[in-house]
Amino acid sequence: MPKPRPIRVLIAKPGLDGHDVGAKVVVQRLRNAGMEVLYSGLRQSTEKIISAAVQEDVDVIGLSILSGSHLELTQELMAQMREKEITDVLVLVGGIIPREDIPLLQAQGVDGIFPVHSPLEEIEKFIREQVPRKRGEMLPEKGPEK
Amino acid sequence: MGTADGGAKKAVVSAEEMEKSKGVREAYTSFGEPVKVFYGPEDLEGFDYEREVADPGTYPFTRGIYRSMFRSQLWTMRPYAGMGTSEETNERFKFLLQSGQTGLSLAFDLPTQLGMDSDDPLARYDVGKLGVAVDTIEDMERIFDGLQLDRISTSFTINSTAAVILAMYVLVAQKRGIAVDRLRGTVQNDILKEYVARGTWIFPPRPSMRLISDTIEYCLNRIPRFNPISVSATHLCEYGATAEQSVSLPFLNALAYIDDVLKRGYAIDQVAPLVVFHMAVGGRRFHLFEDVAKLRAGRRLWAKLMKERYGAQNPESLRLKFSTGALGGGMTAAEPLNNIARGAYFALAAVLAGTRSLNMACFDEAYAIPADLAIRTALRVQQILAYETGVTDTVDPLAGSYYVESLTNQMEVQMRKTMENMERRGGIIKAIEDGSLQRELARQSFEHQEKISRGEKVLVGVNRFTSPEEEKPLEIYRANPKVRQMQIERLKAVKASRDSQKVAEALSRLRRAAEGNENIFPALFTAVEARVSVGEMISALKQVWGEFQEPQTV
Repeated sequence: MPKPRPIRVLIAKPGLDGHDVGAKVVVQRLRNAGMEVLYSGLRQSTEKIISAAVQEDVDVIGLSILSGSHLELTQELMAQMREKEITDVLVLVGGIIPREDIPLLQAQGVDGIFPVHSPLEEIEKFIREQVPRKRGEMLPEKGPEK
Repeated sequence: MGTADGGAKKAVVSAEEMEKSKGVREAYTSFGEPVKVFYGPEDLEGFDYEREVADPGTYPFTRGIYRSMFRSQLWTMRPYAGMGTSEETNERFKFLLQSGQTGLSLAFDLPTQLGMDSDDPLARYDVGKLGVAVDTIEDMERIFDGLQLDRISTSFTINSTAAVILAMYVLVAQKRGIAVDRLRGTVQNDILKEYVARGTWIFPPRPSMRLISDTIEYCLNRIPRFNPISVSATHLCEYGATAEQSVSLPFLNALAYIDDVLKRGYAIDQVAPLVVFHMAVGGRRFHLFEDVAKLRAGRRLWAKLMKERYGAQNPESLRLKFSTGALGGGMTAAEPLNNIARGAYFALAAVLAGTRSLNMACFDEAYAIPADLAIRTALRVQQILAYETGVTDTVDPLAGSYYVESLTNQMEVQMRKTMENMERRGGIIKAIEDGSLQRELARQSFEHQEKISRGEKVLVGVNRFTSPEEEKPLEIYRANPKVRQMQIERLKAVKASRDSQKVAEALSRLRRAAEGNENIFPALFTAVEARVSVGEMISALKQVWGEFQEPQTV
């Protein structure tokens, strides 16, 4: 039985929003928790985020959006993921998210929504619990052993 | 306790140890030094009032840059506005002026801040969202329609594209026959902090510095009452800067701008008076007394730097002129009404520190850009402070406090250390280019967040004293989705009606100016006049200067 590889996460900043302090806090927390975490840098297109996610074989895409464009950007990303038939990647959205938008994001297919000031331990716990479910327990086979 | 040597032991147990054993809470400053349970004369040994503090309006200006401060004039209460269309912004401005505002503050949407036109596909979700969209001078004309530009002071929150926006504003005034040298206002124009926080950079740091120096040079020669730069602490603070760094890092940025202009042969007393600051209070690291002390120390340190290092003589060069932002990062999503109290304490800190202008984060900050009720409440908080509390009756009321004076001294020491350390590392521009400053702040913000996670840093309603029930959703501001289409149509109409020959010439002139060393402003004016769009001008400059490649920042 191969040892499961660490959970791999891409934290990404789609659109024009430059507020990435929260994204970088999440990156560091998840790294400290033993995950492999990539940070996209600013102003990424959803196409680029998906191709990076595929190339790096990540288990989780975390979008950070504080510009008010979360509904549009997330919808775009989810549509492109469906088109590419990517179903085993957990999608999280964080940032300035009004409460009433949470069900709208869920309806788009987002797995977890973490508005600003969400406790970091909740994000970490959610990823640990949900990644295996999303993958159908296929985690060890997905990537090379590290 | 033993009986035989009990008495002797007692004598060597310090008062502090006694207190510790009695369960007195430990406290540390943001720079890691223990805070005493109380302060007394021994903490200010050798304190020299004249040399270190002095009366308000007197070097080194610790107590305030003018003698009578709020007794003569209250701080400017500046709400941040700028929304959707140019017409909506214009209406808002007229409303604010009618209701007694003296200073306007204009926010731009992200595409304008990043030099993209409203029809740019990358801008598709952001047109008119966080502020007003400006594509051509026609938008600027609508924003300021009917306003007496020589009677108002406008603060423009714009950085990478500040030169373009300023050129547009100047031309709007000129077209209306207003003497340009009477224009007052401020462009933020502080690009260095954008690479570290907030991220609205376009070009690499070196050409950006040149563009800023061009702006300072233009203002210095043509619109002397206009501040060509407002060096900003607020974003650095939100990005993890400590209290002392929230002053020392902006100082390092400011000195980089000043040094760059001095290279052109100007004197310090021509340049320094134009440089203003936007300091920060509040936020997640808020500490009432540290925030006051850092700004008092900042005034003193700036005066000393200007005088001792740069040989400035003009008192205006020595005065640290700052407005203050009360930080939204301190506003919680949980129990948002609590943020009204937070905002009030932030404002108190700014006023005790002698700010000249204050813009407040609103209680709905964690949800959206502020709705009307939240904006009004933030204004009322300031008015209550100004008119109901007596806090404005005397200048620098905390002066002479054993605690505040010693904290002020400590802050100055820390700031000097940070500045010297950065200079040893090769300067702040280098630290930005290699990403080391970004990574340092990212680490600090993470460590602070972990303190909140562990409950070491208390946030009421978040990690302590939480309420179990679901909140009622706030009424929030929603951007008008029709703005983009409208802007695109307007841009199309402008492009159809302008002289394309002139446009081409203006753009090639702009490129030539960028390649050479001449001041870019004449070329910008030609382009603005020819109704070249922001996106077209910035693309032309990108062809010459390239784009910033982000280093690893975490």
